[in-house]
Amino acid sequence: MGMSQSMRTGLNSILSDVDKINPHGTLGINDSVVSSIYYAAESIANEVVSQKEKPKTDWDKKLDDILTSRVFGFPSMLLLLGVIFWLTVAGANVPSAMIADVLFWGQDRLTDLCNYLHAPAWFHGFFVEGIYRCLAWVISVMLPPMAIFFPCFTLLEDLGYLPRVAFNLDRLFKKAGAHGKQALTMSMGFGCNAAGIVACRIIESPRERMIAMLTNNFVPCNGRFPTLIALAGVLVFGMGSTFGATAIVVGIILLGIAVTLAVSWTLSKTLLKGVPSSFTLELPPYRKPQIGKIIVRSIFDRTLFVLGRAICVAAPAGAVTWLLANIYVGDLSVLAYCAQWLNPFAQAIGLDGFILMAFILGLPANEIVLPILIMSYLATGSMTELDSIEDLYNLFVVQHGWTWLTAVCMMLFSLLHFPCGTTLWTIRKESGSLKWTLLAALMPLGIACAICFLVAQSVRALGWV
Amino acid sequence: MKNNSGGFREENAMSLYDLPIGKTALVNAIQAEGITRRRMLDLGLVPGTKVEALRESPTGDPKAFRIRGAVIAFREEESTKILISYKED
Amino acid sequence: MGLTNQSCGTRVNKETFTKSTAKVDYVIALAGNPNTGKSTVFNALTGLNQHTGNWPGKTVLRAEGKYIDHGLVFNLIDLPGTYSLQANSVEEQVTRDYLCFQKPDATIVVVDATCLERNLNLVLQVLEITSKVVVCVNLVDEAKRKKICVNIDALAAKLGVPVVATAARDGIGLDKLVKTVTEVANGTLKTAPYYVQYHDSIENAIKKIQPQIKLLVGEEEFNTRWLALKLLDKDQTVLTELEKYLRRKENVTTEIGGELWA
Repeated sequence: MGMSQSMRTGLNSILSDVDKINPHGTLGINDSVVSSIYYAAESIANEVVSQKEKPKTDWDKKLDDILTSRVFGFPSMLLLLGVIFWLTVAGANVPSAMIADVLFWGQDRLTDLCNYLHAPAWFHGFFVEGIYRCLAWVISVMLPPMAIFFPCFTLLEDLGYLPRVAFNLDRLFKKAGAHGKQALTMSMGFGCNAAGIVACRIIESPRERMIAMLTNNFVPCNGRFPTLIALAGVLVFGMGSTFGATAIVVGIILLGIAVTLAVSWTLSKTLLKGVPSSFTLELPPYRKPQIGKIIVRSIFDRTLFVLGRAICVAAPAGAVTWLLANIYVGDLSVLAYCAQWLNPFAQAIGLDGFILMAFILGLPANEIVLPILIMSYLATGSMTELDSIEDLYNLFVVQHGWTWLTAVCMMLFSLLHFPCGTTLWTIRKESGSLKWTLLAALMPLGIACAICFLVAQSVRALGWV
Repeated sequence: MKNNSGGFREENAMSLYDLPIGKTALVNAIQAEGITRRRMLDLGLVPGTKVEALRESPTGDPKAFRIRGAVIAFREEESTKILISYKED
Repeated sequence: MGLTNQSCGTRVNKETFTKSTAKVDYVIALAGNPNTGKSTVFNALTGLNQHTGNWPGKTVLRAEGKYIDHGLVFNLIDLPGTYSLQANSVEEQVTRDYLCFQKPDATIVVVDATCLERNLNLVLQVLEITSKVVVCVNLVDEAKRKKICVNIDALAAKLGVPVVATAARDGIGLDKLVKTVTEVANGTLKTAPYYVQYHDSIENAIKKIQPQIKLLVGEEEFNTRWLALKLLDKDQTVLTELEKYLRRKENVTTEIGGELWA
């Protein structure tokens, strides 16, 4: 399907004329045209825009003087991060407990109904203890922190703070051979790693975009930090301090940023060699966020989203987990077999077989890792009711022999391990390469195993546990 | 591409990178070539444009400049390629 | 509205949110600098809930939505935010190629009232490509707060296309925008766009090759002045798209409409 002869000649004769009129680009067209357009824009703007008086206070300047200053730039960033997570940790407790109460009351009623109908035990097990309970866990543990973090984050995003983060951190990224806008894509990763991967499109250089995509996962997404928060809660259990838990979560996030920089540096020295490309970043004016609208909208949005995802992912995951825990081969359930098989390796990296199993089964979505773990433990333990951090503490520490090291290693593993299925799929789509997608899964897994191994082995060697 | 160095005079040659914070200068020429040059022009850095050095990042680099109403940050590598004429008051 | 359902999870892989299967009367493109509230205008017109964070480049998803005015269905295409149409980035090229080769029935250019000069740079470039333009001066509330006053009528007279002032976040001015877009799309409102005058040597060069280009592509289809300028600069991206276009023109029967995001 080529062009007809006449058209081809038409175009070619124009182009040969161009060569005569503008040999070797001597007219300097691009420079001249761009300048002329800007001068025209300037003169029109001067004609139609008038500014009677300067506004009394330049809020943009005042805010930037603090948020990007040499002294307060980094502390204010840390403080904002801390406040957001403190709000999330402290605010999520009460609604979490309330939702758990209601949902587990519902489970009892469903059990009553099954008994009344003389439903077979497998029916009750599969639907109530499998699907319903997994759903209940996802909703009660995961939803409240998400519903609080999301609007807070959106507020900062609408305000225009994220480009300032990129501005503040750029030098670190430059040193790591990465692009300054990677800070923006990481910020988006807090909301959702898949969204962070798509945001990497703003990075033009393919090399730096790939670095940003491969490391986005080291920012814990909205689906992971409820897990981190719950584990931090178990870790500081008994001290009754939300500040302690917040400090731990913020520490984990800072570690994630450090790992991002270290991995970016390594990649830019090895697989993705090259020099940093040119960098320009616009710092848009701050805008007053529409607070009411954001809160209503993102809670509503999030609630529906998490509920939708719970039904799509948690329900089947709950069903699979129940089946694995209740199909016996010999004396052991399939789940216990797998866990037992994984256990020696898992122990070496500070976890146990069930935790590792939960991470594997949780591949479709990070939200379901903790619920799956709880279900696996419940299926093998004696406890059936569980609706508070205290019960969680009892289940993990008292019944399953967790130490603080287990909680720390699980947090590290959660921070560093392979991205969720959706994110991997997005990486595959954005990079167009199965090879890079595989690397995006295996590299974090390797790092997670290595760091957990080092931590677990050193702590044990030092006799701290 | 023609190297458009405009009315740039050697003696007061100075790059945007060296413009003190809070000061204003006029763009003289862009020393970059190719796509970087085109992008800089697209941002409005055509000869004669007023630029104001606004602030620097807590780590000293990049620096932010007001260019035709927008605040744009450049790394040292970029801002040293933008030549300006600047009169100290 | 920050991260939304549509910008998270598996939905990030969906490029357009509505399927264009239903009847569409007019196709309207939405262009503008980053951070001008373009996505807010898009959401306000279509009732969709596209991501609208305050950082440059956040419209990484290309969105498409519908609205209805006087019983006519308008398909609104949200193009990536750009400062320029010189095709120095993917976004710029996508936007330029869409405006030039897909020929929307009208184009809304959203500009920031607080930063008009920079935004006019894009408007002037859009006017070179298509004459069916409505300029939407957004964020007038913000400008008022900063004591900046934009003379809308003078701007319209200068640009030769209709100009509408809006504060899209509060829905102000959107009715007028919709009405004006309809009038431009159906041709009841004629425009006479302002063209930037270039250096004499360039103007002369344009005059030399413009007649040949008119012969090749026809006078109706393209702004031949702009095309002449691009060919003089041997813009490879335009050349490639033009060849594609010419090929398509010869095979109208086999390829109607063409691909949206070629």
